[in-house]
Amino acid sequence: MAALTTQTIVRLTPTYRLQWEPVQNAYVLLYPEGMVTLNATAGEILTRCDGMHRVAEIIADLQRLYPETDAATHLSADVLEFMEIARNEGWLRTV
Amino acid sequence: MKAGFAPFRVSPPLWLLAELTYACPLQCPYCSNPLAFARHRAELDTANWLRVLREARALGACQLGFSGGEPLTRSDLEVLIAEARRLGYYSNLITSGIGMDARRVAALRNAGLDHIQISFQASEPVLNDYLAGTQAFAHKLEMARQVKANGFPMVLCFVIHRHNIEQIELFCELASRLGADYVELANTQYHGWAWLNRQALLPSRAQVEQAEATAHRCQQRYASSMKILYVVADYFEQRPKACVNGWGSVFLDIAPDGTALPCHSAGELPGLSFPNVRNASLAEIWRDSAAFNRFRGFDWMREPCLSCPEKHKDFGGCRCQAYLFTGDPSNADPVCAKSPEHQRVVALANAAGNTPARPIRFRNSCNSRIYHGIPK
Repeated sequence: MAALTTQTIVRLTPTYRLQWEPVQNAYVLLYPEGMVTLNATAGEILTRCDGMHRVAEIIADLQRLYPETDAATHLSADVLEFMEIARNEGWLRTV
Repeated sequence: MKAGFAPFRVSPPLWLLAELTYACPLQCPYCSNPLAFARHRAELDTANWLRVLREARALGACQLGFSGGEPLTRSDLEVLIAEARRLGYYSNLITSGIGMDARRVAALRNAGLDHIQISFQASEPVLNDYLAGTQAFAHKLEMARQVKANGFPMVLCFVIHRHNIEQIELFCELASRLGADYVELANTQYHGWAWLNRQALLPSRAQVEQAEATAHRCQQRYASSMKILYVVADYFEQRPKACVNGWGSVFLDIAPDGTALPCHSAGELPGLSFPNVRNASLAEIWRDSAAFNRFRGFDWMREPCLSCPEKHKDFGGCRCQAYLFTGDPSNADPVCAKSPEHQRVVALANAAGNTPARPIRFRNSCNSRIYHGIPK
């Protein structure tokens, strides 16, 4: 599998469901008999993986949400790193 | 609760298991239903189940299992699924596959069901249908194909014991051929009918070791196409499983008659009176009932659990297993090598390879009336 780049387009794997859970105050990822409770940033990243936007656009959008982060370095690397993990877990697919 | 301490915060019941019925066309001898299932008559009606779904969702439940018995025997299953979807549950149907046809699989999809798990008893028809007590194998194959054709994620579940433990590789080949997304290779948990049949079902230590190695090899081989989950045979372990992730922590089971339970087999524990959803709200049951608070947290523990550094990991193991082996559910799960009663488990496990074949007592109404008193 080729590494993800800022030009890649990713989407949630169709057999997973991402939803906001008020009781847990978090986004969760639901799949057969399982659930992952996502931390705030992971949730914000996955909600943007809609199969229509490039990773670069997602990073730019997150930059507006977390203006204190240095987009050129940390945010970009963090988002790509998390997306690789998510893809390895089967949560994300490239389009 | 001791004065001066902050109140123990009750976590939400994230996992709701709706055991819709004890009716089942199969007779699997390791069934987790209570031995006395034939005595249970009045199933909750549709209105009560809908209320259970709403109340549990409000408490935070998001994973929902429709189970049984065979949940397909309920003609209101599609109604319950539709409400579950509307409420935002991820709904799982845990089924033998018997009781549906291509049209019903499509109807379940249209109602909003998220996932179907089909159980197999073996990898070929002769053993499968012997263990199921009915002709089932060919229909299961056909239903697995329909599940995939309707776009469901599919889990195939194989409960493992002495009679099929050498088929691990064949299970994985079958699952791969059918396009399964997940495979559960689950060693039998010895409660209910499985406890009654433990001497007939327990594999030998050598079989268990080989099965585990084969399962791990298959996990590698199929890594790109399906996830294989291997549930260990805990009698052969040194530490207990974190049963239901701790009593009253995430798991809420509603039995067919509306009894609320912290696990499938908790109803067999002595001295506990489990509340019924007909008489109380789920919020009262989950947060306040004596039964759900009995083994919640850590205050109930005795040694060796109380001072054990691993108690946050395994919560003292399984209360039902502690009761079955030691007669007291407050004891440590004797699977744990730190338990003074651990030798009882070791003795049973060691004997498994050396005992002559025992007759299997199948799970049916007739046997339920005979063996309802066991275990005592």
